Order: sequence, then C-alpha cells, then structure tokens
Amino acid sequence: MALSEFPRLGFDPFVELRRMQSEMNRLFSGFSATATRDFPPINIWLGENSVVVTAELPGVTHDDVNLSLQEDVLTLAGKREPETQEQNLSWQRRERAYGTFSRAVQLPFRVDPEKVQARFNNGVLEIELQRLEADRPKKIEIRVA
Amino acid sequence: MAQEVRTVEQQTPTSQRVPPRPVFLPPTDIYETKESIVVLAEMPGVPPDGVDISLERRVLTIRGRSAANEHGGYQRVYNEYAGGDYERVFTLSENIDRDRIEATLKDGILQLVLPKAEAARARKIELKAS
Repeated sequence: MALSEFPRLGFDPFVELRRMQSEMNRLFSGFSATATRDFPPINIWLGENSVVVTAELPGVTHDDVNLSLQEDVLTLAGKREPETQEQNLSWQRRERAYGTFSRAVQLPFRVDPEKVQARFNNGVLEIELQRLEADRPKKIEIRVA
Repeated sequence: MAQEVRTVEQQTPTSQRVPPRPVFLPPTDIYETKESIVVLAEMPGVPPDGVDISLERRVLTIRGRSAANEHGGYQRVYNEYAGGDYERVFTLSENIDRDRIEATLKDGILQLVLPKAEAARARKIELKAS
C-alpha cells in the first residue's frame, strides 16, 4: 500500500485493480500452451448400460498401448515413437510430440472387466465398457394394494 | 488458329446446409532427405476418403475431414476434443517431381513423400581433365 496515494482516505482503490489483474493473469495462464494439455485428449460417451471412452492417438498402434482397469478407473498408458530411422536428414519442422503417456479416467460406474472392447479407428482409440450386472439400477414395482 | 471457347457451367450452390465445423491445424513434422521431402501430419479420425491433397506450384495444401464425432444412442458427457476438419498450407522450398508423390494414411497420420525434381537435386560437378 506504500505505492498508493490514498492512505488518508482509509481505502485504496488500486488494491482492487491489482487483485483483478492478478486474477486475470491466473485465469488466462492456462490457455497459452497447448503442449501442457493432457495427452491423449479423451471424450466420454454414456449409454444406458455402457460407457465409451474415445481418445485421439495418432500414430500409435495397438502394440504401443496398455489398457488396465481397476474398479472404476481405466488407465491408458503407452508410448509414441518417431517413425523414421533414416540418417542424413534435416528437420524443417517438428511439431509432433513423442514419449510415454499415461492417463487415468474415472468412469461413472463400475464396469465388467470381461466385457471390454477396444479398437483403433483411423488413429482414434475407442473403448467400450459394459456396466456390471450387479451395479445396474433395479426397477422396483409398486404393488397395488 | 482456332480459339478455344470454353463454356463454364454455372455451379448451383447446394441446398444442403453444412453446419460450421471447427478447422484445426494438424501438428506436422517435415524432414528432408537427399531425394525427397517427407511430410507427416497428425489427423486422427480422418478416414482415407476424407483426405484431399493438392500441390499448386510450390504450395502444398492438406485437407482432412474427420468422421462425425457422434455415437448413436450415446450421450456425450465429457469432451476434450472436437470433431472437425484439418487444413494446412505449406510452401515448399524445392521443385517437386509431382508424378511420383506418394501419400499414405496410417493410424491417423498422413504421410506424404515428395520426391525432389531432378533439376532441384544437388549435383556433383566433375572437373574435366584438360
């Protein structure tokens, strides 16, 4: 508050402005870098008794991905490797990322680990999981008296 | 000499309305070897018939149309990526032998091998013995 000229007034109008500025900086700091985005990006689709998780994994084959399921947490892990082994090349542009990745997704319900289907479709991984029989909602009939 | 007369058929705009879709810049690797320039573009979700590549002089345009980001009977509850189109334009530094361009789409990655034209390749010049 030493910077401001308003000590005698008992309040400082710039305190609020500074607070807003730092708040705005904090809000927008997350938008700049796309590299900090979680990889892979996923979408989740909910059906009546099943859930579908899709993930954009360009350049990743089924050998490179490990899927594991514990309770209702699905983990996608794997690696992306550069495809070229050629020597004597000069890079003009390198925008694609390589390395290992791992992501855990909490599903909206517990799923049957025996009934999981996963397939790749043009670089998009699609995992379909079925809700556990025991976990499904039961319809309760009301007896007419 | 007879002059060529061309009638241009008026193209009627299609009545079908296409909903606006986001257009993404696909992350791309480009490297150059002695013989060719190789372009690798990430376009997940694009089927092979959704790719459109054109080369006009030295301007290379890549377009990809991803399949609909929909699942019948399912409701989207969480969203981190959107379906859309990919488009990117590059200006190449070399002349390309356009008859031998190879394009493949595998696992959502478009690979373009653009062989350099004969004239653009570096040539070793031998000294003639006098």
